Amino acid sequence: MAKILYKEQLSADVYLMRVHAPLIVEERKAGQFIILQTNEEFGERIPLTIADANEAEGSITLIFQVVGKTTTELSQFNVGDDLPVLVGPLGKPTHIENFGKVVCVGGGIGVAPLHPIAQALKAAGNEVTTIIGARNKDLIILEKEMKAIADNLIICTDDGSYGRKDLVTAPLKEICENEATKPNMVIAIGPPIMMKFCSLTTKPYGVFTQVSLNTIMVDGTGMCGGCRVNVGNQVKFVCVDGPEFDGHLVDFDNMMARLSSFKGLETEALHKCNVDKEFEAKLEEKK
Amino acid sequence: MSHLSQAEINEQVKILFDQIFNRTTPLTKKEQLAIPPQMMPAQDENIRRYNLEEVAVGYSAEQARVEAMRCIQCAKPSCISDCPVSINIPGFIKHVAENDFQSAIDVIKETSLLPSICGRVCPQETQCQLNCATGKFNKSVDKAVAIGRLERFVADWEREQGTIKPPIVKPETGKKVAIVGSGPAGLVVAADVRREGHDVTLFEAFHKLGGVMRYGIPEFRLPNDIIDQEVSTLEKMGVKFQKNFVVGRTRKLLDLMKKDGFDSVFIGTGAGLPMFMGIAGENLVGVFSANEYLTRANLMKAYDEEHSDTPFFHSKNVAVLGGGNVAMDSARMALRLGAENVYVVYRRTEVEMPARVEEVEHAKEEGVQFLFLQNAKSIKGNEKSRVVGMECLRYELGEPDSSGRRRPVVIEGSEFMLDVDTVIVAIGNGSNPLVSQTTPELTVNKWGNLIVDDKMKTSIDGIYAGGDIVLGAATVILAMGEGRKAAAAINEYLLEER
Ligand SMILES: Cc1cc2nc3c(=O)[nH]c(=O)nc-3n(C[C@H](O)[C@H](O)[C@H](O)COP(=O)(O)OP(=O)(O)OC[C@H]3O[C@@H](n4cnc5c(N)ncnc54)[C@H](O)[C@@H]3O)c2cc1C
Ligand SMILES: Cc1cc2nc3c(=O)[nH]c(=O)nc-3n(C[C@H](O)[C@H](O)[C@H](O)COP(=O)(O)OP(=O)(O)OC[C@H]3O[C@@H](n4cnc5c(N)ncnc54)[C@H](O)[C@@H]3O)c2cc1C
Ligand code: SF4
Ligand code: SF4
Ligand code: FES
Repeated sequence: MAKILYKEQLSADVYLMRVHAPLIVEERKAGQFIILQTNEEFGERIPLTIADANEAEGSITLIFQVVGKTTTELSQFNVGDDLPVLVGPLGKPTHIENFGKVVCVGGGIGVAPLHPIAQALKAAGNEVTTIIGARNKDLIILEKEMKAIADNLIICTDDGSYGRKDLVTAPLKEICENEATKPNMVIAIGPPIMMKFCSLTTKPYGVFTQVSLNTIMVDGTGMCGGCRVNVGNQVKFVCVDGPEFDGHLVDFDNMMARLSSFKGLETEALHKCNVDKEFEAKLEEKK
Repeated sequence: MSHLSQAEINEQVKILFDQIFNRTTPLTKKEQLAIPPQMMPAQDENIRRYNLEEVAVGYSAEQARVEAMRCIQCAKPSCISDCPVSINIPGFIKHVAENDFQSAIDVIKETSLLPSICGRVCPQETQCQLNCATGKFNKSVDKAVAIGRLERFVADWEREQGTIKPPIVKPETGKKVAIVGSGPAGLVVAADVRREGHDVTLFEAFHKLGGVMRYGIPEFRLPNDIIDQEVSTLEKMGVKFQKNFVVGRTRKLLDLMKKDGFDSVFIGTGAGLPMFMGIAGENLVGVFSANEYLTRANLMKAYDEEHSDTPFFHSKNVAVLGGGNVAMDSARMALRLGAENVYVVYRRTEVEMPARVEEVEHAKEEGVQFLFLQNAKSIKGNEKSRVVGMECLRYELGEPDSSGRRRPVVIEGSEFMLDVDTVIVAIGNGSNPLVSQTTPELTVNKWGNLIVDDKMKTSIDGIYAGGDIVLGAATVILAMGEGRKAAAAINEYLLEER
């Protein structure tokens, strides 16, 4: 059981929660994640990155986007409620060292997992450039926090409602092209398609690029193989060998196909739960 | 099918029962050996393939007593030496015949802690029943005394009485023992160590206890109630449980001793590392390890679509690769999840299949189709990377290999396509390296199994291990046997420590 200590809505469908988990706080490092369930009997096990930790409070921060059944249910938990299942920290921590110049690219909700990594890279002495991308201004999260860390912050929106009207790959390309700004390492976290194109962007310049993969998971301990991906023609398990891999070696197309394994079914589950919500709303009205 | 209905079985046993027990003179050995083996009543195959309830229903008291009379109480019983934990088999069976079920269960519990489980899942035909005199006399291992079924009967009988008393716990010693993993090995160590009065905490990565018995072996073969019962006995003894706790991640193994003050640790983390074939197409959508497929269905309850949030893959035609218990469970689960055709693809013949005979029988009855001397060469996908077929090769049996089994040899040019949309890879499990990787001080062999000495001690003082993490994927009873051995060593170690 893990008590929710704080809850905040960051944008239309993105929430931040601080959850009491003192043991996880003690062991966790940047890049690691937890698995939670909203219901022990019938709930799905979903992975979320540990976006931050607060030692004094003994809490970890989770930032999640509502995309389906479990994240919807999670968003309905409130301060004081207990999460029935929370396990972690899982996965390998990010390899942090002083690379020199690094670029951190975060897309959408990917900024959440990127934040602790950028923090650690900065603390290790790197010169950190951060590129944040989102569909529009309202979907940008953690701008203030990222600004506090980054030596240089670039914001892109698809519709130009804030920052540059560009995809994140455009500024990334400019930075790589210019010998004076060419980074020693790039880390990109966001939707698979964004990570794929970031990797394609840096490849011609030979810039080492790490990505953090968000495959479907069940156990998170290397037992089921559901999270497997092709990396450099080898099968890797994201939960134990990752979640970070060399983006130039990842078979993104296969990964994206595997993410859609249960597609039809999950929209159905969400549909069911939206119907539930509507029903509840109607009940409220009647009261 | 050859199976009789429950009513027919009851009818038959009544007659036998009267003949055997309502007479004045004892049966001769010859008469005993002539008693026909008692059939296990089972749910009708056309019904059970659509439900998750236990397939084998269990003996009635009459049947159990008739079956018990088939044991001729050998002077030198091979059954005891063939049972990995040396249960006094003729001893308990005699009590069954005499209608004294309480004494029967007491005899079993002298050596075995999980009889209702082992009675259900032990591969008896290769263990206790293999050389049974009654079977030998009747020239078939199928006609051996049904030791496992009798064991299950008395264990179930005790549970139904509701009189199970947790074992007596000695006064607290103040010593703390951590157990990692709640499979059969861990559960048994918990009981045996707690009995000596040590403070026991069991750590489990998952949100449910029982290990493979919970997430792998399906309900229709081993109902969860039975595992719950074992766990609740441990709870009553005062064993503490920490679920959702991954040793090596939530806490480093050595920190359990250094930071949390545990005096000794037992590692029973099992063999949870799925193996794949290494063939083309294995990462396509619709290819699953048996572990994933079964975990979704069992642990996450995906079969209960109305309530469970965890989806399962809706299949029409399923190929299961492998020939062990894991393959049988996957195939039978696929049927229950609605597949129309389920093929078990195995590269040797039925004789070589490692699965328990009863499971193979049940699978056949339920409609699983067996493709022997065939194997997958590659898996084909469509433009959406979804499985649309499996390319197979045919094999023939050649010379015996080092295991004594005839080696399957591929027939060149025998490729053909199997029309499937789902492939379940059930070719075995390796050792899960999570604990050893996060604890470099532990020594492992080339398969990643922990190396232990003859007292189950690992390379670190105070830390013991047993079960699949030491043996590689093995059996419940072997895991239990190792657990008992390790528990004895831990108790001895803590005594010396004092
Ligand atoms: C290591 C890791 C870290 C992650 N960190 C975060 C995070 O910090 N914040 C965040 O918002 N999300 C994160 N995710 C993604 C998050 O796990 C999924 O959004 C979540 O599982 C969806 O669950 P659901 O029941 O709400 O949606 P579902 O109804 O299960 O699915 C909705 C959609 O999400 C996709 N999906 C389903 N399961 C997963 C999954 N396990 N991973 C990715 N996509 C999935 C499906 O393809 C489907 O289209 C992370 C994933 C991984 C693997
Ligand atoms: C599908 C299937 C069918 C089978 N059928 C049979 C059968 O019919 N008969 C038979 O005798 N045997 C059968 N077996 C084999 C049998 O189940 C195993 O040999 C037995 O369960 C091994 O017991 P164990 O205690 O060593 O480990 P497991 O049962 O594997 O339990 C290990 C436990 O440790 C937990 N764990 C792992 N790592 C950690 C960690 N770092 N921290 C905390 N917890 C951890 C796991 O989650 C798990 O719960 C079958 C196996 C499978 C997969
Ligand atoms: S524990 Fe297994 S091998 Fe031993 S008697 Fe029971 S069923 Fe047979
Ligand atoms: S070998 Fe068979 S007949 Fe002999 S004691 Fe054992 S069970 Fe009875
Ligand atoms: S989530 Fe099961 S192996 Fe990675």
